[in-house]
Amino acid sequence: MATAGRALVATVDSVVHAYGRSSRALDGVTAEFPAGCMIGLIGPDGVGKSTLMGLIAGSRKVQAGKVIVLGGDIADEGHRRDACPRIAYMPQGLGKNLYPELSVYENIDFFARLFGLSAAERRERIPALLEATGLGPFPNRPAGKLSGGMKQKVGLCGALVHDPDLLILDEPTTGVDPLSRKQFWSLIDTIRESRPGMSVLVSTAYMDEAQQFDWLMAMNAGKILGAGTVQEVLDRTGTKDLEAAFVQLLPPEARGDHKELTIPPRKDVEGPPAIVAKHLTKKFGAFTAVDDVSFTIPRGEIFGFLGSNGCGKSTTMKMLTGLLPPTSGEALLFGEPIDAGGVDARKRVGYMSQAFSLYAELTVSQNLWLHARLFHLPAGKMAGRIDELVDRFGLRPYLDHDSGALPLGIRQRLSLAVAVIHDPEILILDEPTSGVDPVARDEFWELLIELSRGESITIFITTHFMNEAMRCDRISLMHAGKVLAADAPAALIAARRAPDLETAFIGYIEDAIGAGAEAGKDEQAREALRRAMSTEAHGGSGPALFSPARALAFARRETSEILRDPVRLAFAFAGSLLLMLIFGYGITTDVEHIRYGLFDQDQTPESRSLDAAFAETRRSFRELAPVASADEGRRRLKADDVSMVLEVPPHFGRDLLKGQKPEVTAAIDGSSPFRAETIKQYAEGTYMTHMQDVYRTQYAGESASPSAGIQPRFRYNPTFESIYAIVPSVPPILMVLIPAILMAVSVSREKELGSIVNFYVSPATRLDFLIGKQLPYVAIGMINFVLLTTLAVLVFGVGVKGSLATLVLCALLYVAATTALGLVISGITGSQVAAVFVTTILTMVPTTQFSGMLQPVSTLMGGARVVGSVWPTTYYMHASVGAFTKALGPRLLLHDALILAAFVPVLMAAAVALLRPQET
Amino acid sequence: MERVVNIFWLGVKELRSLRSDTVLVVFVVYAFTLAIYTQAKGTSSEVYNASIGFVDEDGSALSRKIVEAFYPPRFQRPAMIKSGEVDDAMDAGRFMFVVEIPPLYEHDLRAGRKAEVLVNIDATAMLQASIGASYIQNILSDQVSEFLSRADAGFQAPAKLVIRKAFNPNGDTSWFNSIVALVNQVTLLTTVLTGAALIREREHGTIEHLLVMPLSAFEIAVAKVWSNALVILVAVAASMVLVVRGVLQVPIAGSPWLFMAGVVLYLFFATALGVFLGTIARTMAQFALLIILILIVLQLLSGGQTPVESQPIWLQRLTFFLPSRHFVSFSQAILFRGAGIEAVWPNFAMVALVGTAFFAYSLKRFRRSISLSR
Repeated sequence: MATAGRALVATVDSVVHAYGRSSRALDGVTAEFPAGCMIGLIGPDGVGKSTLMGLIAGSRKVQAGKVIVLGGDIADEGHRRDACPRIAYMPQGLGKNLYPELSVYENIDFFARLFGLSAAERRERIPALLEATGLGPFPNRPAGKLSGGMKQKVGLCGALVHDPDLLILDEPTTGVDPLSRKQFWSLIDTIRESRPGMSVLVSTAYMDEAQQFDWLMAMNAGKILGAGTVQEVLDRTGTKDLEAAFVQLLPPEARGDHKELTIPPRKDVEGPPAIVAKHLTKKFGAFTAVDDVSFTIPRGEIFGFLGSNGCGKSTTMKMLTGLLPPTSGEALLFGEPIDAGGVDARKRVGYMSQAFSLYAELTVSQNLWLHARLFHLPAGKMAGRIDELVDRFGLRPYLDHDSGALPLGIRQRLSLAVAVIHDPEILILDEPTSGVDPVARDEFWELLIELSRGESITIFITTHFMNEAMRCDRISLMHAGKVLAADAPAALIAARRAPDLETAFIGYIEDAIGAGAEAGKDEQAREALRRAMSTEAHGGSGPALFSPARALAFARRETSEILRDPVRLAFAFAGSLLLMLIFGYGITTDVEHIRYGLFDQDQTPESRSLDAAFAETRRSFRELAPVASADEGRRRLKADDVSMVLEVPPHFGRDLLKGQKPEVTAAIDGSSPFRAETIKQYAEGTYMTHMQDVYRTQYAGESASPSAGIQPRFRYNPTFESIYAIVPSVPPILMVLIPAILMAVSVSREKELGSIVNFYVSPATRLDFLIGKQLPYVAIGMINFVLLTTLAVLVFGVGVKGSLATLVLCALLYVAATTALGLVISGITGSQVAAVFVTTILTMVPTTQFSGMLQPVSTLMGGARVVGSVWPTTYYMHASVGAFTKALGPRLLLHDALILAAFVPVLMAAAVALLRPQET
Repeated sequence: MERVVNIFWLGVKELRSLRSDTVLVVFVVYAFTLAIYTQAKGTSSEVYNASIGFVDEDGSALSRKIVEAFYPPRFQRPAMIKSGEVDDAMDAGRFMFVVEIPPLYEHDLRAGRKAEVLVNIDATAMLQASIGASYIQNILSDQVSEFLSRADAGFQAPAKLVIRKAFNPNGDTSWFNSIVALVNQVTLLTTVLTGAALIREREHGTIEHLLVMPLSAFEIAVAKVWSNALVILVAVAASMVLVVRGVLQVPIAGSPWLFMAGVVLYLFFATALGVFLGTIARTMAQFALLIILILIVLQLLSGGQTPVESQPIWLQRLTFFLPSRHFVSFSQAILFRGAGIEAVWPNFAMVALVGTAFFAYSLKRFRRSISLSR
């Protein structure tokens, strides 16, 4: 590794990195990265390229070994903070670190703010960068609506906005159309011209791209295979191109008996063409995904569909398989139209969808058996067919492995085996080999060739690799929903007099979009870029603990994102209003209109007057038809016809008048205990009042029957309707549930989608990130407070009798605490789904059970009491019920406010502690 | 015939996938054992440990006797406060009840004059306020009667009403709560399991894979319905035997088979709801948000938390269409009241009707939702 004499931008020494317990992504990597040049990392997916780049960028935590970047140890927190403004990192995946809802300008503006650029600098640099990258005309388009190539340009602008010394690009061009790729690399060239000192570290899946890099590093299975200039690598391996060189660099056992792939010529097969597409068009709303596509594929042909991500390949394919009905035009398989509901045609087609789409949790053998059964292979032949495929596709050693745990190359072979299990006549393969290493890819193609030439199966395959396209009998070039040309690859190259297929493809695209007009702009763009890069950006790492400017950058971005996400907006506002209505009307403890039947075995004026006493308490009791027998009483209770049977014994009236004590019985439906208990109290009360009445009138003056009664004073809620207690208790529940869920989802979402990497690699501190993300949700919480209060007053007629101003203060502090709680939860959950469920489970129990909603905190005991007193809802519940119903003044409410205020710093400290500043 | 075979094997696949998801399996086991136990034992309809304060302005033997009659577990030890402190103590939430015994209370009673004790009740504590007030009333009149009858032989108190609680004589709340908890877990897990299974297939692209095979949307949906329903059904049966009847000792009055038949009907609805939500939500995160909203509605209005009879009439008319309400209602009827099919068939019919409607509609959406998946 001849880096002697060169300055180094980074060195790694015996670096080991593992995910989980088993797999090692990096297995003792030692390498030197020369400064001031373009370094390419090459190798298939999953060999550790991204891990290595993440370590150098400082987005991943160094586990073992030493990583020196820009003259310091990146594991050192101080150096990392100083270095991060000098490093720009674009992670793998088109637009992975962009915010799809935000516009092009807003995305770049966010990066600039994060790195502390002043307003003047932003105004100057961002338009210049947009101009230079050809994004000038679309500053307001949402990033999610851009093509792959344009997304990468936005990412690049975001990376360049703060003048980095080290630019790290992880597979920036994978899946991008060839013209955009060409433009992307020429842009990188221009940038390097204007900033000669800048080092670029880039990884790629396209070996042909790697030809132009200054320095190459080949990786496989967590190890560096070799490094050097392109010429050195070729010389050392004695090969002509990098793909062959890479295979040569592989250890012999990984290389297998790899040999040059040869494709025998195709024999013509009789019969109608296998696939015919006639003017296929598919529109999604205003967007035309596939525009008037026609082609004919004869039997036994390998037909390639070449194009970038999002050009309409997969949509065309879905129409051919009947997954999507075309907007217009038609597709024929074997001369018959595809019927989306029809099943017979599908038995003649084998389909292998993009990426891995078998059941990862099933074993290889279970997957094969499942498909054999679903295709109804004759019962006697199933085992034989599966056996045959297992041998032919080399799956024998993996039969009992979980499919998801297999290496990519073997998974793809399994997918193919499944796709051909029923002997289809057509095989439709959607990007079957992307990310597979060259050896496995060739093995896969050998199988395809055998199927095509040996069994005359028609193969329709999509790809974005040129060298793969070269192997097809014919290919069609697709761009922006249109087929630009279709012919044998060699014929296409010849027709454009191009040196290779890529150049030919670029030529077709340029013709299609009229790129001639752009030629002149190129120089202008370079000029704009030079201007943009000429002034040094003055941003820096800024304050080390908290920077209001950076926090506001996060807050601004989060706000724009939520405003454009109808689902979360609906959940935040419509959801809370809906729940308020449901809770308000649905939770009521008032027991009214108790249905009862009288079983009167006495039939005297006395028994009738007792019945009247019950029937007259209208709000509580409602009398149904009388009960004739004890049996009927039981039956009617059983059928839920009545909830109570009042049984008056024989001779009730006589006994009563005699001064004896006849026993009246009330049988109550006890299946719902709370209700039964309430009915019991009502019945006892009604009976007692009536009896005292009777005694007073019958024995007036004779016997002392003093009313040792009580005079109940229902404070705060004189009519004792539950609405006055429930309605003020609902906002405290909703103001913890909804802001906490949304907050936790918002952070988990960044983790899941990958945009959190912007926080890892920027100078933003944990406090900047958390407070910045929290502010919009505090605002949502406060808007909810206003909405819910309005609803309580206007719809439920429950007014605020106490101090409104203090209640507002309590609400603000409460929402700050509940969003902080959401931040804490996001620290322990990995996915958005987990965030929703964990937040719900963690908050609902203490909120509804221990916060005084149904049971006053003063009556709780033990653990429940402890939880109740350290849970913020307890205090806000007190404040809310206090201000609404109890008419409490500012003094008592301020007490709650003070306690609520104490929750905020404690929860924030926990959230900071749980947030990882780097990926592991 | 081919259809049945497809549905069978797709369902078996579903079960295998579920088995390999340890977290989910553990969650199902937890939900039907521990979660039910804690919810059953968690709350109580009776008043326990109520905080009570006394203002004794009488200072007589009777007033002291009354204060002493309040003791745990029903009430906390009474606190004696001054009459000027009542408002502040109530406002701060220190007491649920404050009893004020007026001056000359004993004296007036002995003289046969009407004398009343003032009981301040925090009427925002809805569950305990009225029941607690009745307890206070009872304790008070017992004490007074006893005190006066000792003093005056001619004193006579009226007979009390004899209360018999049918089906649950002791008013044991864990009986009802365990069934409500079971109902809630069934709703939650069935919809989550089914909906998540659908969305997972879409996110992993396997749904397209299925749809290009000679399978109909109907077969795919029915396979999800039967397999997930089966898992929950087994869990419900096990939970009924081991937790509800075994640990919690809840006696079951009616036919367990009739109950299980009702569960099957409800599972049909809940899985159909899961499929429906799975076709509406485009991502797992949207699904999660959606399901929280829907489950809260289904659970709160089912009659399990507060009685359906207490809902306003217009709301009762709406909740009539909630299968969860009928599930709670027929569970109560069969398990506690021992009702037979003649009593619960309207509930069964309603659950089946809503389930069929959901299933038919989600089947229609199913194929359409494929075009939404990227």
